[in-house]
Amino acid sequence: MLALTIYLTFLGVLVLTLLPRTAVNAARCVALSTAVAGFAVSLGVAAFYNADASAVAMINVPWIKSLGIHYHLEFDGISMTLVLLNGLAAVTGILFSWNIQNRTKEFFAFFLALIGGVYGVFLSFDAFLLFVFYEIAIIPKYFLIAIWGSTRKEYGAMKLVLYSFVGSAMVLVGLIAAYVVAHAQTGVYTFDLNALARVKFPISFQMWAFPLVFVGFGILAGLWPFHTWAPTGHVAAPTAASMLLAGVVMKLGAYGCLRVAMTLFPLGLSRWASPHLGFGSWQDVFAVLAVTGIVYGALVALVQRDFKFVIGYSSVSHMGFVLLGLMTLSLTGLTGAVLQMFSHGIIAGLLFAVVGRMVYDRTHTRDFANLEGMGLSQAIPFAAVTFVIAGVASMGLPGFSGFVAELQVLIGAWSSYPTLTLLCGIGILVGIAYTLRAIQKAFFADTTVAANVSPPLNELAAHSHSHPHALEPISLPERIAAMILIATTLVIGLYPRLLLDFIVPALGSPLFDGLRKGGLQ
Amino acid sequence: MPWIVHNLWLIPGLPLLAAAITALCKQRSRTLSASLAIGAMVLAFGLACVAFLQTLNKPAGSETFREVFNFTWLQFGTASVQLGWVLDPLTAVMAMMVTFVGLLIFIFSVGYMAHDENFTRFFCFLSLFAGAMLGVVIANSLLLLFISWELVGLTSYLLIGFWYHKPSAAAAAKKAFITTRVGDIGLFIGMLWLYGASGTLLFYDGGNGCLETGALAKMVAMTTSVGMAASTAIGLLIFCGAVGKSGQVPLHVWLPDAMEGPTPVSALIHAATMVAAGVFLVARVYPLMSAGGAADVVPATLQVVTWVGAITAVFAACIAVAQNDIKRILAYSTVSQLGYMMMGLGVGGVVVGMFHLITHAFFKALLFLGSGSVIHGCHEEQDIRRMGGLRKYMPVTFATYAVGMLALCGVPLFFSGFWSKDEILHAAHGWPASHGPFYLGAAGALLTAFYMTRQVCYVFLGSYRGSVRGSAAVTSHGAHPAGSHPSLHAGGQVPHESPPVMTWPLVILAFFAVVLGFVGTPAWPWFQSYLGGEKLEFDFAKLTEGGVLFLMLLSALIVFAGIGLGWWLYGRQPAASAEGPDALERIRPDIFGLLRGKFYVDELYEATVIYFNAWWAGVCDFFDRWVWGGAVRAVSYLALGLSWLDRALDEYVVNLGFDQVCLGLRRDGGWMSLVQNGQVQRYLSIIGLALTVLVLLLIWGIKPS
Repeated sequence: MLALTIYLTFLGVLVLTLLPRTAVNAARCVALSTAVAGFAVSLGVAAFYNADASAVAMINVPWIKSLGIHYHLEFDGISMTLVLLNGLAAVTGILFSWNIQNRTKEFFAFFLALIGGVYGVFLSFDAFLLFVFYEIAIIPKYFLIAIWGSTRKEYGAMKLVLYSFVGSAMVLVGLIAAYVVAHAQTGVYTFDLNALARVKFPISFQMWAFPLVFVGFGILAGLWPFHTWAPTGHVAAPTAASMLLAGVVMKLGAYGCLRVAMTLFPLGLSRWASPHLGFGSWQDVFAVLAVTGIVYGALVALVQRDFKFVIGYSSVSHMGFVLLGLMTLSLTGLTGAVLQMFSHGIIAGLLFAVVGRMVYDRTHTRDFANLEGMGLSQAIPFAAVTFVIAGVASMGLPGFSGFVAELQVLIGAWSSYPTLTLLCGIGILVGIAYTLRAIQKAFFADTTVAANVSPPLNELAAHSHSHPHALEPISLPERIAAMILIATTLVIGLYPRLLLDFIVPALGSPLFDGLRKGGLQ
Repeated sequence: MPWIVHNLWLIPGLPLLAAAITALCKQRSRTLSASLAIGAMVLAFGLACVAFLQTLNKPAGSETFREVFNFTWLQFGTASVQLGWVLDPLTAVMAMMVTFVGLLIFIFSVGYMAHDENFTRFFCFLSLFAGAMLGVVIANSLLLLFISWELVGLTSYLLIGFWYHKPSAAAAAKKAFITTRVGDIGLFIGMLWLYGASGTLLFYDGGNGCLETGALAKMVAMTTSVGMAASTAIGLLIFCGAVGKSGQVPLHVWLPDAMEGPTPVSALIHAATMVAAGVFLVARVYPLMSAGGAADVVPATLQVVTWVGAITAVFAACIAVAQNDIKRILAYSTVSQLGYMMMGLGVGGVVVGMFHLITHAFFKALLFLGSGSVIHGCHEEQDIRRMGGLRKYMPVTFATYAVGMLALCGVPLFFSGFWSKDEILHAAHGWPASHGPFYLGAAGALLTAFYMTRQVCYVFLGSYRGSVRGSAAVTSHGAHPAGSHPSLHAGGQVPHESPPVMTWPLVILAFFAVVLGFVGTPAWPWFQSYLGGEKLEFDFAKLTEGGVLFLMLLSALIVFAGIGLGWWLYGRQPAASAEGPDALERIRPDIFGLLRGKFYVDELYEATVIYFNAWWAGVCDFFDRWVWGGAVRAVSYLALGLSWLDRALDEYVVNLGFDQVCLGLRRDGGWMSLVQNGQVQRYLSIIGLALTVLVLLLIWGIKPS
């Protein structure tokens, strides 16, 4: 049933390509209805999904028989969570792209192709199939940025694609190695994730295969120091594509780390015979990289002059929590990591929507120095309020989903890495500083008014009405999409069990047996 | 379980609901928003009273002394995180205080903010703030407390920055939020650790809570890598949060700046609620703070609490002496009094600290609202040098303000501040660890009496100095609230008394500033026995026992000395003009300058922490742009270089060779084609030639044989 999400989305792509070029409104409607249909399917499945049962197989037929490759779709609670996220990102992304005028139908076709590929990744339980979908998702990304982007778009697009392909190459090498070694051990050629997870790979093999695949996927998750594609890519991308990049594409990487690298090669996380450079295992190495990313991303965000770069770097910082959660190897930390994937997808999507769609599309500048004089809080109050809410959620204030996720990650991290947890504290603190800075600089720093403080507020209001920047008001699709995202982060923040009931049982499934024996309690 | 325990969430829930409804309303519905906020507060106050009645006459240790309601919020595997609320005397008394003082502040705001554009938004934030604060009060889980605590921080950010058009207000809001968050990170880490050590964040859970004996014994027994018991380390981390929120040294810097908010906000945040949250937190987790202590051994946590409190009490009181902004003086006074409360908690336990918290909430709210009334009456003037003689113009404000001032100074017998402060000094006197806090506390009392006298003399005595300022209005120091009156800066107007909606709350608060002291006198310690769940006795003899009387006389002496000194410097000859130097400045300009500069703590932070942070962020940015970016660029240049090399190789080695071969072939072909030109005669002649050569060769070959 959930497989329908993939088929429906690609059907939408097909219909879009068949539409005449001039049918702009039809293209929008087709795209929106496709996305809504996909989201509705995933919601429907989620509503009836019995969380105690682990993975639900949907289809498993031979695809390339001679190589043992199957077309194998299956889902568990983790997939379910991320499929829901993808559905939300698709719907809201299209709503925020309602104003695209240039090659509308191609835009939505690429957009949906990306969405379809992402659905595929989250639902594949065959490593090869997963890899194929993973690659499918890369192509539309390039075109979305290179055609509809801004600010050095070719450079950003190229950088993103090159990084992605380097990561893919590493993953592919690791997967083929696993495939060959597994054959040597069991005599069966298979890419099936469940089967591969049961194979006892020699520890010496896992010790190099794990970091290879983990870094390969981690590149897309913004693993420091391979993160530099993220800010430039986010900045260059059009709004909806930034939302997808931060919202779901980065999750692809993190999902791959968890679903492939950690389940297949759990022993790669075990301790080395002797420590190197003070690190006792790959777990230590990646935990330190994750925390470095958290603090580093936040610090860099603090000094950016481009509004979108702030959000771009904040994504690096927040994805650090996902990677740290993975590296805690505790049930709490892993749950938090998955929840953080969802939460960051929603919050980053909202932030990018405000910056890209609500502000940049209207003011045509993202430079704080220019935005400061515009009095945006008066001109587009809805955007200001939305950004304050999204910023507060992004800071990890209680009541929003980010708090629950980061709390769980840090509870999980506390038992293994108390010192790193303290450093995360610094990251959170700087996170507040850059968010407040962005809020005040972009929306509440009206220098023209601030110069003469004394006139009472009613005069100020009159003053702002005659403001030279008459900006187009926030449109209905934007309002709806922003409301959806705010409501989601609030609902999950207040009642996280909605998702935890999916995630926690999934982490107890046989797929994670190896990881569980390797330290996950 | 009684109905009220089950439904305790309604106390914070009602103001939150009011805030939500107001947020959805139009900006114009002023009456609706104000009545919603006030109505919700009235109901919350009613519920708090019901809760209070429920906790009466419950001896400590009995089943019903402390009742809780818990539920699971997060569940992962076998572990879970629970939330809940607790009803005990501590909750009840705090809830009563917050709802009652809050209610009066709300009513006062109706008058104070009457002309403000964003009246509705203001009441929305106020309700949100009150709801969050009440959440802190009822929480039975450190997590729920933390959630509400953060919400308090956020709303205080919104309220302090309410007039965000003033750059100073925006900066103050940011500073308040970030500074308190520094402490909150400590609290957060402490919370993680507490969860790791005890497996629960519930305070009380029928024997399984983290503040109950089982978990405490476990944490005392655990030692950390630095040799400290886990309970001590966690206690200190949690105390970090309290230091931030309650403006203790060294995180006190945000509190005076936060005066940029509207005055009712200052009253709400700085007097009654937010800053008290830190003290309340320490009181709430007091079992953890005092864990590991014995009869004569004071645990390290409490020693830290006491010393930080005592130092803050004197430090802030010193600064208050040299300030000229009426609200800033009160702000530093608040910091100082919070230090007292912390010290009280450290030396005397929950009841001592909490008693001062409650009495202080009333008289400090009174003083803040009184200052608001003064500012309102003086047309948004905040500088005490430009006031004077207001006694004549604002009699009600003056009378109530004087009551507040006397209570804050701790004038004996008839004012609540005397009784609560005396409790603290008494406890400090008997503290086994050191006498230092007692002397610091006494010095603080002297300074308090002195600066309050100075302020009252400046504001209410002498003659009005505002009218003579003339052109000074234009050049004045820029930080006036972009407030309510169109007639702002119309210098030379006569001050006026505030409307009844503003003065009545003052009168009510003044009443409580007097009578509250009598519920906690040594002779009839009702408050103490209520909080501690002990039996109450009326005994006049207690007043003379154990050095109580001696200390009372001593503290009275200190207070009168302070007031006398203040009167001698400022009251005898009230300052004649606004521009003249301060009386103290004339005597010791160097010390006065240091105090006026607030010991230059802000500048110190600016030069160290903030500078370092900016520098470090710059380094990271540089790193990203040039090192990682450079590495990427280097790789791409390398790739480009390689492809150029490849191209050269192709062009000059592979292609050139190929081309040469081709060229040679063509040249040879050309020559050959000369031969193959299609003329039969030429072919024949070539054949003939060839035959001749062949024959000649053959002949040549045969000849030698």
